[in-house]
Amino acid sequence: MGLIRDLAIQGAQMLLVLALSPLLIGLVRKVKARLLRRRGASLVQPYRDLWRLMRKEVVLADSASWLFRVAPYLIFACTWVAAALVPTFATGLMFSWTADLIAIIALLGSARFFLALAGMDVGTSFGGIGSSREMMIAAVAEPAMIMIVFSLALLAHSTQLSTVAGYMLSSNVGLRVTLAMALIALILVAIAETGRIPIDNPATHLELTMVHEAMILEYSGRHLAVLELAAALKLLLYVSLIACVFVPWGLAPVGSGLAATVIGLGAYLGKLTVAGALLALFETAVAKMRVFRAPEFLGAALMLGLLGTLLLFLSRGGLR
Amino acid sequence: MSGADWLLICDAGLLALAPLAMFACRRSWANGAIHGAALILCLMAGALALSTLLAGGAAQQVVLPLGLPWIGARFRLDALSAAFAAVVNLGGAAACLYGVGHGRHEREPQRVLPFLPVFIAGMNLVVLADDAFSFLVSWEVMSVASWALVMAHHHDPANRRAGYIYLLMASFGALCLLLAIGLLAGPAGSYAFDAIRAHRVSGRVAGLVLTLALLGAGSKAGLVPLHVWLPLAHPAAPSHVSALMSGVMTKVAIYAFVRIVFDLLGSPDPWWSVPVLLLGAATAVLGILQGLLQTDLKRFLAYSTVENIGIIFIGLGLALAFRAEALPLAAALAMTAALFHVLNHALFKSLLFLGAGAVLGATGERDLERMGGLIRRMPITAVVFLVGAMAISALPPLNGFVSEWLTFQAVLVSPQIGATALKFLVPAVGAMLALAAALTAAAMVRAYGVAFLGRPRSNAAAQAKETDPWSLAAMIILAGLCLAAGVLPGFVIDALAPVARTLTGAPMPAQSAQAWLSIVPIAESRSSYNGLLVLAFIIASASLSAFAIHRLASRALRRAPAWDCGFPEPSAATQYTAGSFAQPLRRVFGARIFAARDQVDMPAPGDIRPARFTMLVRDRIWEGLYQPLALAVGWTADRINRLQFLTIRVYLSLVFLALVSLLLGLALWD
Repeated sequence: MGLIRDLAIQGAQMLLVLALSPLLIGLVRKVKARLLRRRGASLVQPYRDLWRLMRKEVVLADSASWLFRVAPYLIFACTWVAAALVPTFATGLMFSWTADLIAIIALLGSARFFLALAGMDVGTSFGGIGSSREMMIAAVAEPAMIMIVFSLALLAHSTQLSTVAGYMLSSNVGLRVTLAMALIALILVAIAETGRIPIDNPATHLELTMVHEAMILEYSGRHLAVLELAAALKLLLYVSLIACVFVPWGLAPVGSGLAATVIGLGAYLGKLTVAGALLALFETAVAKMRVFRAPEFLGAALMLGLLGTLLLFLSRGGLR
Repeated sequence: MSGADWLLICDAGLLALAPLAMFACRRSWANGAIHGAALILCLMAGALALSTLLAGGAAQQVVLPLGLPWIGARFRLDALSAAFAAVVNLGGAAACLYGVGHGRHEREPQRVLPFLPVFIAGMNLVVLADDAFSFLVSWEVMSVASWALVMAHHHDPANRRAGYIYLLMASFGALCLLLAIGLLAGPAGSYAFDAIRAHRVSGRVAGLVLTLALLGAGSKAGLVPLHVWLPLAHPAAPSHVSALMSGVMTKVAIYAFVRIVFDLLGSPDPWWSVPVLLLGAATAVLGILQGLLQTDLKRFLAYSTVENIGIIFIGLGLALAFRAEALPLAAALAMTAALFHVLNHALFKSLLFLGAGAVLGATGERDLERMGGLIRRMPITAVVFLVGAMAISALPPLNGFVSEWLTFQAVLVSPQIGATALKFLVPAVGAMLALAAALTAAAMVRAYGVAFLGRPRSNAAAQAKETDPWSLAAMIILAGLCLAAGVLPGFVIDALAPVARTLTGAPMPAQSAQAWLSIVPIAESRSSYNGLLVLAFIIASASLSAFAIHRLASRALRRAPAWDCGFPEPSAATQYTAGSFAQPLRRVFGARIFAARDQVDMPAPGDIRPARFTMLVRDRIWEGLYQPLALAVGWTADRINRLQFLTIRVYLSLVFLALVSLLLGLALWD
């Protein structure tokens, strides 16, 4: 019985993240439009876009190799597996022991590796510019993220995301300076990693400011749809990550009944809405940075993460 | 006969191949025969070492009546030796298999064939040696043979310079090791390692031995700032020898460090780990940053070796720190991480160098800026190179990720360390490790993207042909091993358990008993990773989504010119190059470290002179350390040179003075 329930939760989680991620994108776009006093497209517009792209034929550049055609599916798969392992509405996912937080970050790294390669495959200058900038941003964002993971892992005595969420739900957390630092750093990293303003602009098509858009410039049809879906999944993943670590309230604990699961689902939807609205608000309030300001932005995240970890190293005996 | 005997017989066979190769090297069959024979001997030796390791690594000793009469030549096969012998022979076998095909294109086989088996045998003997004399002699055999291989293409002045610098650094390293072992042996002068183990040195002498071991082994392994020879010498050799030097010989240097510091030196002081960690972190970051600036594919790979040596030394430094604090379980974890990375680096660096050799053979190019589009011309090489590039970038589900993951887990148990200096140092080292990993991914995207993807930048690249089946077989086997070690890491950890137990006093928990072949370093609630399931999930979801989309939505496809925002440019020169890919990273990280500057000379409108872009980068270690040193040596030599032109009376009085001062010194000493 327990096995079936765990499997069901894991399966539901996988489908849920896949189903909700375009909605989150739609929500952010809608709120942004309203803040700019436009009416904006409907909330389900991203689904329509995806469906239409999927049914269109692919126009493949002459110089594209097999890597260019395989990469979208690999990127999508890596992102989806990573997103499926982040608790959304319930902890104790069946396969959460497969990959801990470090491995989830590394899985996103694999997705980025293929995306950057795909950007270079056709042999155009825009693809190269996107890949080069993406890897530069990642080179600063990834150490910052690892430092955040260190802070959380040292507090919760685990790199297992379910255990971390369980620890955050327990009563012995309290207010900690390290947690505040980790939260700010994680938000900065999440903004950079998901390609939002001020690091990258998902709505831009001005060539010289593109990062993510430049890498996928040559993609069309179903390949583009899969990549868009992967990008939406990545945004959802980071929102879920922040939610499950820093606002874990409502998460259905291991072995809880149907009622708790429903509450968990409701709480998760609520968290997504708030996060989407906050993201839209933030994006309308700040301007995009120059590319070479991005390392400073992320350097702050790295320093906060390192400082938080150092505080933990100095203040306590650490893990036993 | 014991396994150690058989291993020595294999090494003797390898040594015996050398004279054979010398006489036969001009024959057409020589290349295949010598490489093939060396391959078989390596496979046998590797299987012997592996079986010893899997059997638990009980020490077997052999004393041969060679060398110094009062100790003979002692050899010993224990868990540590067996693990490194397995790595050496695995790398050796791959290189030999590759050489069967690749060596046919060698213009001067007489400069490669005799030295290659000696080189492999030398490395084998270093890890087997059990007394100071045979250790140092084997070490020098390894150095000299590899020097001869570096000089194989000596018509190129750059290679001659590389060989010269290598020779200097190798002599320096050997001198340091000689002094280190001399100090270990002590005034009693017992040069057998057993006797050294029985009489441990301590205090200041032990610290001095550690420093000398760091200098001696570090100069061979490529620790910053002793790495300068490595990016010159490794690429100069023929490609399968480059693979051996980068993938395997640096590991022998790691072995020397581990043997001296963990085995012979006894219980460590807490401060010992500080220089090891500092040097390791600096090596990791500086190595890959310098690699990012290279456009020579093989030189870039050599710099990436420097980076990986840094990662291994970080693991060893953590193990030292844990051992000094009497935390055997944590020490075993850090040690296992370092040893796992030793194996991993031997696998993927050999693979990448062999791939670079295949590209070099097919295009005649080492310069990234003249490659491009090779994924279409060399499809199999492109796939295996991609596997190697992913593995070295520490991406799941391949093997590089597992060892970095284990190192991170070791960093996460380090708050237990009491020493305050380490409490500051270890988190910073963890951040450096993460930075190095992220930079490696960027560097590998750059190398792979420029060499294999895009459009060909030269005729040679456009005309490239896939390499021969022998070379492909060697690379495919290595790529398969990278994948296998990545998805089934538990078996590797279990195989390394005897080594960790002998060096740190505690083994890692057994991993093969874990459900679903996960690895669980400490406890499942703490951390676990399952490469097999990650791979299965990725494959399943990728094929599921591809199948669903092709089935339910659309499978139509049309070829067309690239879009490129509406302005496609047919010239391949408009693509991003290796230099331009690295520009953002160069600007972010290189401005301080390498004083990297870009100078753009843009003529005014109407002016017809061409625009110019100049990139200025300075190697501060070379300018700040080695150039002054070379100047000082030259200056001193000029002064000492005067001693050559004195009269006999002055010489006699100098001899007399030297004698008196020595006697005086002795009198004062007692």
